[in-house]
Amino acid sequence: MSVTHDARIQVRSPAPTAQRPAVRGRPDLNNPAAWIVAVILLIMPLIANGFFLIEIFATTLMLGTIALSLMFLAGYGGMVSLMQLTIAGFAAYMVAVFGVSGNANISLGWPWWLAVPMALTLATVFGTLGGALAVRTEGIYTIMITLAIGAAFYYFTNQNWAIFNGHTGINNVSTPHFWGVDWRADIPFYYVVLAIAALCYFAVDYISRAPFGLALQGVRDNPRRMAALGFNVNAHRVAAYAVASFIAGLAGVLQVWNYRQISPGSVSVGACIDILIIAVVGGITRPVGPYIGALVFVLLRTFALDFLVKIGLDGNRFRLLIGLGFLAIVFWSSDGVIGLWQRWRQSQRPQTDRPGGGRGHG
Amino acid sequence: MDSVAQRLSAVGAGAALELRGVTRLFGALAALTDVTITVRPGERRAVLGSNGAGKTTLFNCITGDFPPTSGTIRFFGEDVTHFPPYERIRRGLRRTYQISALFPGLTVQDNVYLACCGVSRGRFSFLRPGQNDALMHAADGLVQAVHLTAVKDQRVAELAHGQQRQLEIALALAGAPRFVLFDEPAAGLSPTERAELVEILTSLPAHIGYIIIEHDMDVALRVVESVTMMHNGRIFKEGVPEEIQSDPEVQELYLGGGHE
Repeated sequence: MSVTHDARIQVRSPAPTAQRPAVRGRPDLNNPAAWIVAVILLIMPLIANGFFLIEIFATTLMLGTIALSLMFLAGYGGMVSLMQLTIAGFAAYMVAVFGVSGNANISLGWPWWLAVPMALTLATVFGTLGGALAVRTEGIYTIMITLAIGAAFYYFTNQNWAIFNGHTGINNVSTPHFWGVDWRADIPFYYVVLAIAALCYFAVDYISRAPFGLALQGVRDNPRRMAALGFNVNAHRVAAYAVASFIAGLAGVLQVWNYRQISPGSVSVGACIDILIIAVVGGITRPVGPYIGALVFVLLRTFALDFLVKIGLDGNRFRLLIGLGFLAIVFWSSDGVIGLWQRWRQSQRPQTDRPGGGRGHG
Repeated sequence: MDSVAQRLSAVGAGAALELRGVTRLFGALAALTDVTITVRPGERRAVLGSNGAGKTTLFNCITGDFPPTSGTIRFFGEDVTHFPPYERIRRGLRRTYQISALFPGLTVQDNVYLACCGVSRGRFSFLRPGQNDALMHAADGLVQAVHLTAVKDQRVAELAHGQQRQLEIALALAGAPRFVLFDEPAAGLSPTERAELVEILTSLPAHIGYIIIEHDMDVALRVVESVTMMHNGRIFKEGVPEEIQSDPEVQELYLGGGHE
């Protein structure tokens, strides 16, 4: 109890609030690695060709943002939702349905600046309603309900021709042109994706220290006590689904602009589970994790095939590599790649009690 | 709060807490049977009884963690029997837990800050607290009040047991508490820590009433003005501390039934 007695001496000192900014400030700003990553991301178009820019880095940022919405729910809220890709896909469909596409009898032909807010609103409502169902359950039942929503949406899009155009989906979705710029050209599109991903990353990072995010972490750790502190736990969880749905919806809009089409294959159950793999491989304790996981996933998906063929194996076994990598990471590090990274950093500098504040958005 | 208080006085109810015929069944087991208690505003009362007497179940019914099977609970005159826990808390009821129910991954300061948010309108805020955030100042004050300023930036998981018990009390004092339920606050504390606990409890503002469950008579009887004795889920005896201490039946129950 000696600490308490020491504390009592300090009760008279008026200074305790003065130290707060150091503790609450964003550690990333003092981290050189985060600055290096940020600069590399910004000058990427000078380094990488169109293929790397879009197929690797933009794709990583889009998948990472969807996985970020899962990280927000699972890491801060303790709710594992398998419907985040479904929400992104829903937003993508809505952009195609309300905007301009090759299917003139389905698309309403709204300009993108009307179709996108509409798609984001509907995707947020869709995800919030799904969340309202899911928050009545815990643990594996949350996973089952959200997976059921994802599977139901997949089969629905396959069979509904009036809005979703069945298994062929909606093609030739138009992308924004304004200020004389084709925003789907490789370099502008890369910067749009980077800006949205950075926005989502910093928003999640910011909210995690605001009352809403702190309370969400409290709900994760001890829902009963949160109720005894005056919090409506279920309302808080549903609000978290709303935030996550909006983030996933943003990524969905980017995806439909990227591929210029959306079809049921993009919202399959396998793709839903890929998002879980990305988040877990990267690590769900911090917002940077999903982006690292997405980079690993995209690199494996893109190059494992060539690699396998080169060493004389069937290229279609690239999923085997992803699966083995997933197993290895989960086996050695329950908090993914960022967990490995943190432990490596700590072993390098044992005297620092707080490991580096992340690597920016990868 | 004022409007609530006015509404209550209009009803003509003077009690802070009024339980009538509260029964709680767990399957066939009656954890509480026909419990009727009235506590005045500002009154400080101990609930004594051996393990399984229904003391913690009584708390759980009052806060709504487990609603009563039958009976009514009024808080400052308002019928809260069917209110969810958070609605009762927002009306000024607070509780601590027998086994510390804290947020081990967050710092001491953030734990208390959360408690302050829970009973304020800012609980859904997406904005981080600024330099002069009122809730953050309130949290600082509470951290000081329970003597934890020196460890306020430490994660709760790293605190000693005694410090966690003090934090438990700080969480229950956030906002404007009108009535607090303390569930064995002295459990596992050293004699020095017990003395500090007594000091914290006796220095609470006079308008804050509480019920304390405590096995340690030295602590319990020094911080209360009335005592309720429970046995097998029923009220067994009520009185002032001296009466209860000298009551032969109570002594037999307490000393004969084992003292944990």
